[in-house]
Amino acid sequence: MQLSPSGARVESPPIDAVGVEERVARLCSRSIKKDAKLQALHLTLSMIDLTTLEGADSEGKVRQLCAKALQLHAALPELPHVAAVCVYPALVGVAKRALEGSGINVASVATSFPAGQAPIEIKLLEVRKAVEAGADEVDMVISRGRFLAGDFAYTADEIASVKEACGEAHLKVILETGELGTLDAVRRASDLAMRSGADFIKTSTGKIKPAATMPVVLVMLEAIRDHYLRTGEKIGMKPAGGISTAKDAIRHLVMVRETLGQDWLDPDLYRFGASSLANDVLRQIVKQRSGIYQSFDDFSL
Amino acid sequence: MTDSTESTGHTAPKLRLGNDDGWAYAPAPESTDHVELRERYGLFIDGEFTDAADGRTFETANPATEEKIAEVALASDADVDRAVAAARRAYDEVWSQLAPRERGKYVYRIARVLQERSRELAITESLDGGKPIRESRDVDIPLAAAHFFYYAGWADKLDYAFPGRGARPLGVAGQVIPWNFPLLMAAWKIAPAIAAGNTVVLKPAETTPLTALKLAEIIRDAGLPPGVVNIVTGAGETGASVVQHQDVDKVAFTGSTEVGKLIRRALAGSGKHYTLELGGKAANLVFEDAAVDQAVEGIVNGIFFNQGHVCCAGSRLLVQESVADEVISKLKDRMETLIVGDPLDKNTDIGAINSRAQLDRIEEYLEIGEAEGAEPFQTSCPVPDRGYWCRPTLFLQASQSHRVVQEEIFGPVLAVQTFRTVDEGIAMANNTPYGLSGGVWSDKGAKAFRVTSRIRAGVLWANTYNKFDPTAPFGGYKESGIGREGGLAGLHAYLQPEQAA
Repeated sequence: MQLSPSGARVESPPIDAVGVEERVARLCSRSIKKDAKLQALHLTLSMIDLTTLEGADSEGKVRQLCAKALQLHAALPELPHVAAVCVYPALVGVAKRALEGSGINVASVATSFPAGQAPIEIKLLEVRKAVEAGADEVDMVISRGRFLAGDFAYTADEIASVKEACGEAHLKVILETGELGTLDAVRRASDLAMRSGADFIKTSTGKIKPAATMPVVLVMLEAIRDHYLRTGEKIGMKPAGGISTAKDAIRHLVMVRETLGQDWLDPDLYRFGASSLANDVLRQIVKQRSGIYQSFDDFSL
Repeated sequence: MTDSTESTGHTAPKLRLGNDDGWAYAPAPESTDHVELRERYGLFIDGEFTDAADGRTFETANPATEEKIAEVALASDADVDRAVAAARRAYDEVWSQLAPRERGKYVYRIARVLQERSRELAITESLDGGKPIRESRDVDIPLAAAHFFYYAGWADKLDYAFPGRGARPLGVAGQVIPWNFPLLMAAWKIAPAIAAGNTVVLKPAETTPLTALKLAEIIRDAGLPPGVVNIVTGAGETGASVVQHQDVDKVAFTGSTEVGKLIRRALAGSGKHYTLELGGKAANLVFEDAAVDQAVEGIVNGIFFNQGHVCCAGSRLLVQESVADEVISKLKDRMETLIVGDPLDKNTDIGAINSRAQLDRIEEYLEIGEAEGAEPFQTSCPVPDRGYWCRPTLFLQASQSHRVVQEEIFGPVLAVQTFRTVDEGIAMANNTPYGLSGGVWSDKGAKAFRVTSRIRAGVLWANTYNKFDPTAPFGGYKESGIGREGGLAGLHAYLQPEQAA
C-alpha cells in the first residue's frame, strides 16, 4: 500500500485478533454505576444519529422521526437532543425543514447506499444532490469489491472524490466491516479512509451482519488514535448497527475513553448510528432517577 | 478539518487518558455483606480446627487499609508434628486403602464447592491479599477450581497416565506456599497430591492465610476423611518445621529463590522427594513485526497483573530498536488508564502491595534503579492515603548490568531495554540466573516458534502472556526451580519413581 498522503507510514500495522478480543473483554469488565452511568447515558443520547433507512420510508415517517429527535421524551424535556437524523437523499429536504433551527444535523447516506455498486459519476451526483437538499453530513459506502480485490488506489480516489463533492458537508466513510473479513482489512480500510479525506469513519450500513462488533470498533479507534498522534488530526468514529442497548453504548464509551481519551467523548467526534438505542437509554435514565423500570410503551416510537 | 496537517504545528498531539479528568468512573465496590469472617482461626489438623499447642497467634491484616482482619493460630514444631502424624495415620489407614474412584469423588466435591462459594472466596482473597477483585474473581478462584476438577479426573486413571508402572503415591507431602496466589497455590499443591493418593500438610503464607482456612472448611464440609488435608498457619519457622519433619516423604515449595536454596540444602541426603517453584525475571521480547497494540496489552498483562507479584511476570521488556519509541510511547499511554486503588472496586486494575515488607523491598529497588542510571517513569494515577501502594513503573534505558534487570523485584516495575537483532534479543533474554518464563511477540509464526525454542525457560508464551491452565506443566530452569507442577508432569511429582523390573 503506497497511498499514504502523509507519507509517514505506508503500511498498516498487523492486528492480532485474539489479542483484540482479550482487550475488548477486559474493557467490558468495567463497571459503570451511579453518576458515571447517568453521565454516560446523557452523553449517549447526544451522540445518536437517529436513523431510518428503509425502502418504505415516506415523508410522514421521516417527520415522525424528526419530532422524536426534537423531543425524545415528553416527561424529561431537559434531556440533550440527538446529534443528527440520518435518512436517504430523497428525504433530506423533509428532515431539513422539520429540524430547522434545532441544532440537529441532517445526515444523508449516499453513493448508492448500501451496496455502492453504481458508476462513480452517479455516486457523486447523488452526494451533490443530498448536499444541495441541505445535508450537513454525508455517509458514503466504500466499494468493498474493489477494496477486497486489492485495488486500494481506486478506494482512495473514490473517497477523495466524494469528499470533494461534499463541499462543506462532513464526510463519514462506511467501511462495511462485516464484508471485509479480517481485522487487518478493517485497519487497512480505516487508514485508507482517513488518509483520503474522511471526517468520520463508520463501521456499517446496518444492512449486513455482523455490524459494529466491539473488536471491529476497537481496531478502528486504534487507527484513529495512531492517525491523530501522527498528524494531529482528530477523526471521528461512528459505530452503526447492532448497538441497541444502553449497556452496549456505555461499553463503547468506556472503549473510547480508554483508547482515544476524553476529547472523543463528544458528539463532534463520536456518534452512534442506531434506531432503537434511544429508547433503551431513556428507560435507563428514568430508572436511574426513579429506581423503577417503566414499560417500553411509556416511550414514543 | 482533514486538511489541517500543516497548521497543527508545534505542540505534539496528546491523548487525555487520565482517570481524574472528565468522565470518571464512580466507585463500584463489590459488596462484602455475605462474607463471613471469624475473628479467630485455628489450625486445621485431623479434620478439626484447633488452637496452637502453646496458644500463640498472629494477625492477618488488609493491606489496602492496614486494618486487622483476624487472629490466626501460629503453629509450632509440636503442632506440625501433630499434623504430620494425622496425615501419616490418614495415609496408612484410609486414603491409601480407598478405591481410586472414591478418592476422585472427594476431589470433585471440593472443586464443586469452590465454584459454589467462588464469590465469597474471591472477596476474601482480595481483602486478605490486596489483589483486585477482577483478578481474584476471574482468575484465581476459577483456576483453583479447575485444578481440582482436572486432577479429580486423573485419580482413577493413574494407570492410563503412566502405563505399566503400577503408579503408587509417595505418602505424606509437606507443602509450603506463597502469598501472591494464596488459594490458587493451595489448589496447585493439594489437588494433584490427594488425587494421586498422598495426604498433605500445607503451610500458607503468614500474610494471606484466610482462603486456605476457608478451603479447610470446605474440605471438612466435603466430608474428606480426617487427616487427609491438614493446614498449619504460621511464618517461616512453621514452614521450616514442615519441610524438615522426619516423617514427610515429599516437599513441595513455591516461593523465593533464597528460601528455595535453603530448603534444598536442608533436604540434601534426607531421601525426601521435592519440587521447588522459585523466582523469575522473565523477558518479554517484542519484535518489529509484532502487532503493536496487542503487544502493549501483553506487556501490561505481563508485569502489572497482580501488582507484579507473579513469579512468571514479564518483568523485563526487550523491544527491538526500530519500534522501541512507538512501543514505549503506547505503553505509557496504556499505563495512564490503569486504575490503582481499592482492591474490592470492580474497576481497579492494580490493587494493594501485599505487605509493608514487600512495599519496602519494591521502594528500595526504585531507589536502586535510579541510582544505577535507569530512567524512571510512573503514571499520574492517584493512590489512597492508607495502605500499601505502588504506581505502575517503568525503568527506561535499563542495562543488562543493572540490578533492576538482574534481580526479581516482585512488584509493578518493568525494566525496559532495546535490542537490534533476533540473536541479540535471545542472548539478552537468556542472560539471567532465572529461567521460569518468557514471552515473544511477532506476527510471523515461524519466528515465534524459532525464538521460543531458543529461550531457556520453563514456560514460553507467543503473542500472549500469563495464560494458565491445569493441563499445562509449569516450572523453571536454573534458579527458577526444579520439577514441574500442572498437567501430567505435576501428577508424576506425587508418585513413586519408576522401579527397575
